[in-house]
Amino acid sequence: MIMEVLIASSAEEICELLGQDNSRQLLAGGTDFMVEVNYRHRSPSSVIAIDRVPELRNWHHDGDSVVIGSCVTYREIERGPLATLVPALAQAARTVGSPQIRNAGTIGGNIGTASPAGDMIPVLSALGAEVSLRSSEGKREISLDDLIVGVKQTSLGQGEFIESVRVPVLESPQEFLKVGSRSAMVISVTSLALITYPKTQSVGIGLGAVNPRPTRARQAEEFIKDFLNWESMQVDPSGLDHFKELVSEASRPIDDHRSIAAYRRHSIGVLAQRALTRIFSERSPSV
Amino acid sequence: MTATETYKVGARSGVGVSSQRPDAVPKATGEFSFSSDLSSHNMLWGKTLRSPHPSARIRNIDYSEALAISGVHAILTASDVPGKNLFGLEHPDQPVLADDIVRYAGEPIALVAAEHPEIAADAISRIHVDFEVLNPLVDAESAVTADPIHPEGNVIRHLVIDYGDPTSSGDVTVEGTYEVGMQDQAFMGTESGMAVPSPDGSVDLYISTQWLHSDQNQIIEALNLPEDMVRLTLAGVGGAFGGREDVSMHVHLCMLALHTGRPVKMIYDRNESFLGHVHRHPAKIWYRHHANKDGLLVKVEGKIILDGGAYASTTSAVLANACCFSTGPYKVDNAQIEGWGVRTNNPPCGAMRGFGNVQTCFAIEAQMDKIASALDIDPVELRLKNALEPGDQIITGQKITGAAPVKEVISSLADHPMPEPAINDLLARPGGTGRTTDQKHVKRGVGFAVSIKNLMFAEGFDDSSEALCEVNDGSVAIHTACVEVGQGFVTLVHQIAEEVLGVSDITVIPADTSIGSAGSTSASRQTWMSGGAVLKACEAVVVNLIEQIAEEEGVKYENLDGALVSEDGTKTIPIAEALRGRSFQEKVVHRHAPTFPLDEKGQGNAHVSFAFAAHRAVVDVDQELGLVRVVEIATSQDVGRILNPIQAVGQIEGGITQGLGLAVLEELVMKNGVIQNANFTDYLLPTALDTPPIEIASLIEEPEPGAPFGAKGIGEPPTISSTPAVVAAIRDATGLDLRRVPVRPEDIALE
Ligand SMILES: Cc1cc2nc3c(=O)[nH]c(=O)nc-3n(C[C@H](O)[C@H](O)[C@H](O)COP(=O)(O)OP(=O)(O)OC[C@H]3O[C@@H](n4cnc5c(N)ncnc54)[C@H](O)[C@@H]3O)c2cc1C
Repeated sequence: MIMEVLIASSAEEICELLGQDNSRQLLAGGTDFMVEVNYRHRSPSSVIAIDRVPELRNWHHDGDSVVIGSCVTYREIERGPLATLVPALAQAARTVGSPQIRNAGTIGGNIGTASPAGDMIPVLSALGAEVSLRSSEGKREISLDDLIVGVKQTSLGQGEFIESVRVPVLESPQEFLKVGSRSAMVISVTSLALITYPKTQSVGIGLGAVNPRPTRARQAEEFIKDFLNWESMQVDPSGLDHFKELVSEASRPIDDHRSIAAYRRHSIGVLAQRALTRIFSERSPSV
Repeated sequence: MTATETYKVGARSGVGVSSQRPDAVPKATGEFSFSSDLSSHNMLWGKTLRSPHPSARIRNIDYSEALAISGVHAILTASDVPGKNLFGLEHPDQPVLADDIVRYAGEPIALVAAEHPEIAADAISRIHVDFEVLNPLVDAESAVTADPIHPEGNVIRHLVIDYGDPTSSGDVTVEGTYEVGMQDQAFMGTESGMAVPSPDGSVDLYISTQWLHSDQNQIIEALNLPEDMVRLTLAGVGGAFGGREDVSMHVHLCMLALHTGRPVKMIYDRNESFLGHVHRHPAKIWYRHHANKDGLLVKVEGKIILDGGAYASTTSAVLANACCFSTGPYKVDNAQIEGWGVRTNNPPCGAMRGFGNVQTCFAIEAQMDKIASALDIDPVELRLKNALEPGDQIITGQKITGAAPVKEVISSLADHPMPEPAINDLLARPGGTGRTTDQKHVKRGVGFAVSIKNLMFAEGFDDSSEALCEVNDGSVAIHTACVEVGQGFVTLVHQIAEEVLGVSDITVIPADTSIGSAGSTSASRQTWMSGGAVLKACEAVVVNLIEQIAEEEGVKYENLDGALVSEDGTKTIPIAEALRGRSFQEKVVHRHAPTFPLDEKGQGNAHVSFAFAAHRAVVDVDQELGLVRVVEIATSQDVGRILNPIQAVGQIEGGITQGLGLAVLEELVMKNGVIQNANFTDYLLPTALDTPPIEIASLIEEPEPGAPFGAKGIGEPPTISSTPAVVAAIRDATGLDLRRVPVRPEDIALE
């Protein structure tokens, strides 16, 4: 019943503490962790609090990308310079919980929990995020899509933790849309991120809450390419129906107490179409 | 007008002004002591083991491992219940602790008292119950004929109302089947309390509840103790809405305290709270309405099934309300209504704000709109045509003798200006922070609904409240057992006493069982009942005062507007002044006019008084995604007389928000008898962003005969017709039928 709490002051120290005993569990903002402890779904005997570690709390703009420390909170992501650099991440952060939750909850915790409904996940996936992992053995990089391997499952090794996340800075339109039954503070029924990549004239589409692990709607991304005009930022509407279908088909949703699979499949397609047409105005092919 | 614009909180007290609640600031700053803040020297923590199965036989309970944990002081099971192992609000049919059978998921089986809540929780996890899992009965309709799951059978009540001519028919008929999901009171402060044992074997229970004396009666039966050995004192209540009318942890706490000889405290966590109190009855309702070409109702046929869950609680009274008011606030000469309150292995259901009227009102108002559309009559006009008037009969044959300003309520609301068109703000649209909806996806709809609610207990229940007014040299103390659940009774006590006695030094003595019952804080009844008792007690003081002075001075005085005026009119003394240096103690019991049981045709003067309300909802709907944003709810309500304007508005705003919750958000989702969302992550209450401006078009003040100051109860009506108004508005925007609440996104988008 006794729970030891160790307060780490550097990433190095986390490595050491995990090196001594890799059953120790990491506590960031605690917004998932403490709920599990309170409901006795988790009863750790030793906890490492990592939210005061300066390296993990910081982010920096590094050439074409931004590196976000795992303990950066939603509060920091949802406004200010980060919001300008990665707008879809900010849009998603603004939907998370309440102000209290956003003050405490972190991006690393969202990845660590690896919930299919985690709101950072579709954005990071659509951005092709790379996650830096660290342990006493050293560091490695892994794509977010490979890190999360199932419902609440990651491929984190023993004694390994998330140090930071790297996402590209694109300076082109991005959209995050989330469906919940309530206007705020609601877990996603479905969510979707659409990122534009003007250089490759392509879009990245990340799906939320409809698959056990991070999912890109690759076929839809591929298909819609031919219907987009990157100079006029227009989309040929004749491609939209099939685009929508392809996005829906990329989902493997379930029935649960939050919604039903049929609605999730339907709404994820609708979100994709809306995200796309917010960025690319509809141009009739005959005009 | 909004609450803050219209009613400024005044410093002056007395009836009719917005005097400030004494608990307002402490509650806002966090200093108010709720039942969860109770603590005592040497206190233990209690915890309950509950059944994970909706239906099972208990073969064996092995708690040896749990009892061996250091810091665990007691583990109690059914065999430790000292008295009758049964309790129940209307009649005892529910075990204090399950003996051989569990009938719902969440039913208490064993109790632990330990030094620390974590130790108690650990002990609970180490009690091993050997269950033989049975197939639960979860369908209310089949319960009527299914094998009984309880010795008393599955039909808790079957009620028929046979009124007028069953062969009558109209020019048009409209028919529909409607469903209401299981709403929860979801009060913010979970159940909590503390029992303190005395060396003489008696016990004091400090508890948040709605009705101290009903609790006491049930506890003494289970503990096998006389009344004076189980004393209850009200602890700070964090909301109730009906969910605290039944006994929850009360007997458990007393058992643990008496067993260990130490004070024992319990707090349910949110999950346990959802399992630990009754919910609103889910309902299935069929209606066929007959009307003439001109829109006048001819006959209403209805079948109503309420799922009472595993135990009776107040199912019988809820069903009576559902049936008695199953034709709404409308005049109709013929009605054939049949209702069942049944037992299933679902969680027990009982009292919740609106009490049976919520379920039928949703269906009635949908039917009224169908008639309007079948006859191409404006829905508001149709309602005006059929509105009950004073002197009319309801379908139980009871004549409305009091105020019934139904037409005024409807027309004042209809005349109220409509809200502005949508503003161009992504967050203000359906979907809110999710950024789902552009203006082009939005359709606006408007819906109108009207309701009737009976006030106070019914069907012959001996309903009373006792109040003591004690005057000591100009200062006044008032004692009742009336439970303050947040409705503002404590404020009202001040106002009434000040109004009658002119004194502002007034103490409200904590509610406890050392005075007679005040009845429940429910049924919109406490202003009338306990407010009435306080009024009478204060008036009795004045009568005695006049007598005393007459004896002393030989002059007869009369009470004129708070002052004593001598018979010859030459002398005037303010009552407050006359009270100085004197002492009085007046205790009175207040009763409302008697009511009577319903006969076999559902006829009888079963109710005391009626209150009416109308709601108009404006919604924006994103039909493709099925998302709804309620833009505004406007209301007019029949209130008799407003005693405290800001409190009246508070009841109306809160009630409407709860009605909106049932319309589009709030439901305990059941799967084979087990609640799937017993937490605030997934039981979705409206947030500030979901709650629209609430416009009060009119509060109709027609004093109600027999009510103190003419005031009607105002707590329940806001919840009743707000739900159908919102759903009607969604129908208006989408053209969909929508026969079930809450309306879920898939109900709109996949239609
Ligand atoms: C009321 C409420 C509302 C919520 N609403 C939302 C919502 O709308 N959308 C949403 O996505 N989530 C929501 N959540 C969930 C939660 O807030 C988020 O998942 C949050 O990002 C978790 O971050 P945290 O810092 O609190 O993590 P913690 O709770 O501290 O940790 C979560 C998990 O991640 C692990 N972990 C933390 N940091 C690391 C690391 N650096 N390396 C490896 N593992 C790590 C922990 O060990 C733990 O298993 C909500 C939670 C609550 C209580």
